[in-house]
Amino acid sequence: MKEILGLYNYWIVVFLMMTGFYIVIARRNLIKKVIGLNIFQISVFLLYITMGKITGGTAPILPAKHFTTGQEFQTFSNPLPSVLILTAIVIGVATTALALALIVRIHEAYGTIEEDEILAQDREP
Amino acid sequence: MEQHLPVLLIITPLMAAPFCVLIRQRVAAFGLAWAVCWATFVMAAMLLGRVLDGGEITYQLGGWAAPWGIEYRIDTLSAYVLLFVSGIGAIVLSFAPQSIAHEIRKDQHYLFFAEYLLCLTGLLGISITGDLFNLFVFLEISSLSAYALISLGARESLPPTRRALLAAFHYLVMGTIGATFILIGIGLLYMMTGTLNMADMAVRLRETVGVHGVSMPVNQTRTVLVAFAFLSVGISLKMALFPLHTWLPNAYTYAPSVVTAFLAATATKVSVYILLRVIFTIVGSSFAFNKLPLDAELMVLSLIGIVVASTTAIFQTNIKRMLAYSSVAQIGYIALGISFASLDGLTGAIVHMFNHALIKGGLFLAMGCFALRLGSTELDDMRGVGRRMPWTTFAWVLGGLGLIGVPVTAGFISKWYLISAALENGSWLVAALVLISSLLALVYVWRVVETAYFQDSPQQQAEVTEAPLAMLIPTYILIGATVYFGVWTSLSAGVARQAAELLLEVTP
Repeated sequence: MKEILGLYNYWIVVFLMMTGFYIVIARRNLIKKVIGLNIFQISVFLLYITMGKITGGTAPILPAKHFTTGQEFQTFSNPLPSVLILTAIVIGVATTALALALIVRIHEAYGTIEEDEILAQDREP
Repeated sequence: MEQHLPVLLIITPLMAAPFCVLIRQRVAAFGLAWAVCWATFVMAAMLLGRVLDGGEITYQLGGWAAPWGIEYRIDTLSAYVLLFVSGIGAIVLSFAPQSIAHEIRKDQHYLFFAEYLLCLTGLLGISITGDLFNLFVFLEISSLSAYALISLGARESLPPTRRALLAAFHYLVMGTIGATFILIGIGLLYMMTGTLNMADMAVRLRETVGVHGVSMPVNQTRTVLVAFAFLSVGISLKMALFPLHTWLPNAYTYAPSVVTAFLAATATKVSVYILLRVIFTIVGSSFAFNKLPLDAELMVLSLIGIVVASTTAIFQTNIKRMLAYSSVAQIGYIALGISFASLDGLTGAIVHMFNHALIKGGLFLAMGCFALRLGSTELDDMRGVGRRMPWTTFAWVLGGLGLIGVPVTAGFISKWYLISAALENGSWLVAALVLISSLLALVYVWRVVETAYFQDSPQQQAEVTEAPLAMLIPTYILIGATVYFGVWTSLSAGVARQAAELLLEVTP
């Protein structure tokens, strides 16, 4: 039981990762491929965020007191994975934007975004 | 000034890229990009000189001490990769103006220069940084700009072509999967070590940790095994190791000639550099080769890749696609050298990164000359071109000889090291396969030679003339370098040997 509930986040990560990966491989529609790619990337973001979190930990901001109750905080979550993922999110957005821009150009050139139809058009002389 | 060289090498092209976009004027943008590329080459040469004299250089960004801050760390291997990447970047850019005037819409030229500089920044950044996450960011900078550069191969006229778009999209999907795998690997390593600095991580991976009450070295834990698996698959995708090469042929075939020359010469080599760093600097070769059978896997995959890709190259009708398959085979040679895990093998791998960059860069530049004058890269259209464009064809033949590995060309030096490493290892079969694959290379190079020299040119080619001097000179600089480094090897093989000694931690 501990393996399932204690590692709840990691199970979600693996599930999302495989879902996204499957969509990228199995779908022939270019937009769906991009959606799959996004899910795949976001699972990795979750993986990073999860590893930085400690049970009962709070954000490492000074002063280490609750601003109404005055209670002192003892444990802090690691902020570095969150910072790394901010960068990775930006990269993910840039990748998605570039992929969508390419799809717009492909739609202009071929009139379709189904991979099979594009390849069929390319085979014609 | 002098001690800030490492960061200037990265900052200069990075800052010049947005300036190219702001200028919007193609001649001025070219001037800026040209000056910056040659400046990075000079800086890289100075860095290599300093590393060879005084050993490793470290630079702390913003004065934040490693392992908390980002650190640039330049050893012999880094400086060597920096030198040939920036050198080829500068030479290929000098070739660019007339080639892209033919192949890319005029109003997109300034964007081409901006993307080119960004791609160069990313590739140089990967080679210089000592921080794993920083490496991932640079990898994405170079990849994103590479996808955009490849898609520039689509145009509405002269002759219209649109295949570059889908090729770029496929590369984007495969490249992003590869990069995300690398990101997962970095995350899992961070989970176990709590550091992103490569040198610090290497130390901490060798410490011990308690897992379920059992004390074991950190690099024996399952998390690190999984991290290494993700990293090696992700990097293999990026370096187009067989059978993960499927994105490469289309991307190289349909990209503009200049882009193909630049990416074929540098991008996959820098990915090989990442593999070397991960295997030798971070997890250690004994972990990768003794605990895990990465050497056997690399050897089998690279040998299959060499034979299959060389054979596929023989049957191609488009010469750019033929050279692309040849690139997959050449990556196989590099991976083969790594798989020996011996001094000779590793020297062969590192020197072949350098030699193949020169050879393939030169060959694709010659293809750029053909594309300019013939408007095509199909083998059929090259009939009799040896008489119409003698200088370009001769350059191509010299490059082709390098691919085969004929003595007095750079390719021979690489194969010499690989074969002597194989014999030292007692693997006669591997040595024989390397020699047989050279014969396969001879077949596909000969097809072009035969078509170019011994067949009659079609009628419509009567007005085809030699390529302009501004394109021939950069081509001949690269092709001349392959001959130079086939004879005088102190800079190529000598430095590669030093780098290999440092990686294997053996004293000369």
